[in-house]
Amino acid sequence: MNILLILAVVFGTLVLVRLANVAALASKLSGENEEAEQESANRWNSIGMISFLIIGLSVMIYIMNLYIPLTLPKAASEHGEAIDGLMKINWTVLFITFFITQILLFFFAFKYRYNKNRRSFYFHDNNKLEAIWTIIPTIVLAALITTGMSEWNVITKKSASMKGIVVQIYAKQFDFTARYAGKDNKLGSSFFRSITDTNPLGIDSADAATADDLIAKELVLPKGAEVQLMINSRDVIHSVYLPHFRVQMNAVPGMTTRFAFKPTKTTADMQKETGNPKFEFIMLCNKICGVAHYNMKMPVRVVEPAEYEEWLKTQSAVFPKEEAAAPAATPAPADSAATSMAK
Amino acid sequence: MEVNPHNSMAHDAHADEHAHGHSHDHHGHDHDHDHEDNFWSKYIFSTDHKMIAKQYLNVAIFMGFLAMFMSLIFRMQLAWPDAKLPFLQDVIGKWGKDGKLDPGFYLALVTIHGTIMVFFVLTAGLSGTFSNLLIPLQLGARDMASGFLNALSFWFFALSSVIMLFSLGIETGPASGGWTVYPPLSALPQAIPGSGLGMTLWLVSMVFFIASSLLGSINYISTIINLRTKGMAMTRMPLTIWAFFITAILGVLSFPVLLAAALLLVFDRSFGTSFYLSDIFIDGAPLDHAGGSPILYQHLFWFLGHPEVYIVLLPALGLASEVISVNARKPIFGYKAMIGSMLVIAFLSFIVWGHHMFVTGMNPFLGSVFVFTTLLVAIPSAVKVFNYITTLWRGNIQFTPQMLFGIGLVSTFITGGLTGIILGDSALDINVHDTYFVVAHFHIVMGSSAIFGMFAGVYHWFPKMYGRIMNKKLGFIHFWLTLIGLYGTFFPMHFLGLAGVPRRYYANTAYDGFANLININHVVTVFAIIGGLAQFIFLFNFYYSIKNGKKSSQNPWKANTLEWTTPVEHIHGNWPGAIPEVHRWPYDYGKPGAKEDFICQTVPFSETPESNTPHDH
Repeated sequence: MNILLILAVVFGTLVLVRLANVAALASKLSGENEEAEQESANRWNSIGMISFLIIGLSVMIYIMNLYIPLTLPKAASEHGEAIDGLMKINWTVLFITFFITQILLFFFAFKYRYNKNRRSFYFHDNNKLEAIWTIIPTIVLAALITTGMSEWNVITKKSASMKGIVVQIYAKQFDFTARYAGKDNKLGSSFFRSITDTNPLGIDSADAATADDLIAKELVLPKGAEVQLMINSRDVIHSVYLPHFRVQMNAVPGMTTRFAFKPTKTTADMQKETGNPKFEFIMLCNKICGVAHYNMKMPVRVVEPAEYEEWLKTQSAVFPKEEAAAPAATPAPADSAATSMAK
Repeated sequence: MEVNPHNSMAHDAHADEHAHGHSHDHHGHDHDHDHEDNFWSKYIFSTDHKMIAKQYLNVAIFMGFLAMFMSLIFRMQLAWPDAKLPFLQDVIGKWGKDGKLDPGFYLALVTIHGTIMVFFVLTAGLSGTFSNLLIPLQLGARDMASGFLNALSFWFFALSSVIMLFSLGIETGPASGGWTVYPPLSALPQAIPGSGLGMTLWLVSMVFFIASSLLGSINYISTIINLRTKGMAMTRMPLTIWAFFITAILGVLSFPVLLAAALLLVFDRSFGTSFYLSDIFIDGAPLDHAGGSPILYQHLFWFLGHPEVYIVLLPALGLASEVISVNARKPIFGYKAMIGSMLVIAFLSFIVWGHHMFVTGMNPFLGSVFVFTTLLVAIPSAVKVFNYITTLWRGNIQFTPQMLFGIGLVSTFITGGLTGIILGDSALDINVHDTYFVVAHFHIVMGSSAIFGMFAGVYHWFPKMYGRIMNKKLGFIHFWLTLIGLYGTFFPMHFLGLAGVPRRYYANTAYDGFANLININHVVTVFAIIGGLAQFIFLFNFYYSIKNGKKSSQNPWKANTLEWTTPVEHIHGNWPGAIPEVHRWPYDYGKPGAKEDFICQTVPFSETPESNTPHDH
């Protein structure tokens, strides 16, 4: 049991009791007449409005202090830092708007409760006011749109550039496989009909680009280098989500999607920064893909470039030499397997 | 002219026992539209818009509670993933064996919860109830343009509800690919058991639902255009009617596209086509379907899906406009700006659907376009919010339950709308897309606002439906607990999203970094339970008041609109005599010089020389 839970229960119960009292009090008065009953309702509910405003905003700030440390640490990628900066600007604007509007709303509700000796102010139109609250949001939004779009352009242009270390992320129910493009930085072509038990990605072994491709069950990336993820799925839609790098792109059967980014911190850097010696990056599936969706993931490590080179050497080729030479154990339905044997 | 002396509320509560016995004693002296009613024609196959409205509302309440139960079950799973909840086996049978929720059924619950809430409660329940009840009453029409189509619309809705409910009980479980049912997941039974018969039933149910929605919408539109009483210019219509009108147009334009999407999915599933399928290898074999695109489905789905948000929201905003103005005893501020902003929102809603697809691999340039159009929606929304706030300013506020829910709606509309700016910005969306941040956002802005609008409507027009007033004190408790419950549930949820927790996860065990978030899930679930329990206060109040509520006077809220000029007892044709004529706009509250603080729309200016202004003609 944590303290907040207890707080929640206590708060909830208090409110219940409070309201029950209010109801009891109100019903006592109701013996007199309807007007008195409504007057009491007006009093208590308008007090409720101002209390909700004050208590609500205080609890909100308290909760933010408590929970913000639990949210994602600072971005570990170049564009991620830009996104974080943009996020800050947006939050500032949103919080200012939030406070102004909520305070006005609940305060007016509190202040202008019914009084039979008073008439409301017959005020139904004012073009100047309407213009003010059309133009100000327009200007603010124009700023937000412009900054957001320009960052989006930077991110997506990079993804379209095809620069950087090419890594294929191949998704299927319920795991990811990484394929490194190797020295030529080109992935050998693949085709879904070529998929067999021994060739789960359906890679064309005859393609010259395939020879140096490496398969890994872990995504290891060098710090400071541009990485180009080429994302595929072989069954349903999945999503490659790397929250610490502010990276997300769906894996869609029938097409290749891309996302380019540059990791700026190693796992060790992050462990130091977060003060958590067990910190690890993660890649999660973030598009509902079946019963085990919640377990679909891949470990991610960012290391120094030298360590990355070492690690690459230990990874297995798509078609280990001896296996590629021998005829395939199961006859593959597709032509590509046949051509590979012919060669 | 006598009005029907019959107490229709008593009938509703005890329809099955008493209806037959009562059914012969009231005909003959009714309005000439009336005919001999029996139980079946009065309660079941009624073509009277007021009865159809009540039918919609009662089905929606039932469906709403069902969907709420589902949410509480999966909320408990998320908060206490290791706990055994013995009652689960009793409630959901094999899916909760030994008190453990089945991961597949978790997804089914999420899917059906979303489907029911979005379509059955907030689309059919909201528009179906209030468009039917208020369009003829507030416009001065004797009924809808076509009573028969209207009844048909309800019965298609009822049929689709039954099919959806039926799918809950089948062997392989109901549809479980999320309420958006993206193919290929929803197209391939090999991918998830719910995509078998469950998905077929989901699609069949939706086809009937769409038919129902279209029949309803066409009827609303033709009634609003053709059946306004004398003097009821479009610019004198209450904002409720404007909202229903625009909503109906949105529905007519967008639901057919959903139907197309659903039919193509049916073809892909059953008739061997490949609209959405390509390059798929599943269950150990390549699929013959090739050449389609799963993204096509998303475009079609969200072409409805986004206007759908406003199909849900606009009626709620319309109801709130009316309720806030009546209870603030003050004209709604910026009547024309309110109409204008609704029209702009409606227009924009058709060109923003791509913001649901920023990270699907859609062309990035298209993404930029959708960022632009999406953020534009914030402008008319801001206008609406400021107009509501200004309506409260220097008002004379009567705190009734409906007023509280109206104010609550404005609050949630602000809160949820603001986080929409983050999600509508493609660069920022990258990291919060499909996380709990989205869940929090749309539950506040769409779910809560719309349900608050619906509650406001129910409390306000209950006297028009059942001739009695719901208990106010219970209404107050209902409101405060609901408000606290919903903010307590959905505010902390944002932090789950900002911590990177994906939605639709059965448990957050995949990543060690999520372990410390369980506290947030506890808080969320506890508040969800509080909010859920509070709804029973409403349920009790609603059905208790039908029979035992305080009898309503003809115009209990001292409102200006035409529905309050009809007799308390329901009669066919609404007005016993001639249809009233309208002479002014509906918001003359607190007019300087007037004898009372409200002037009904039927009062001509010639009778109010003391309060006329130079603009009044």
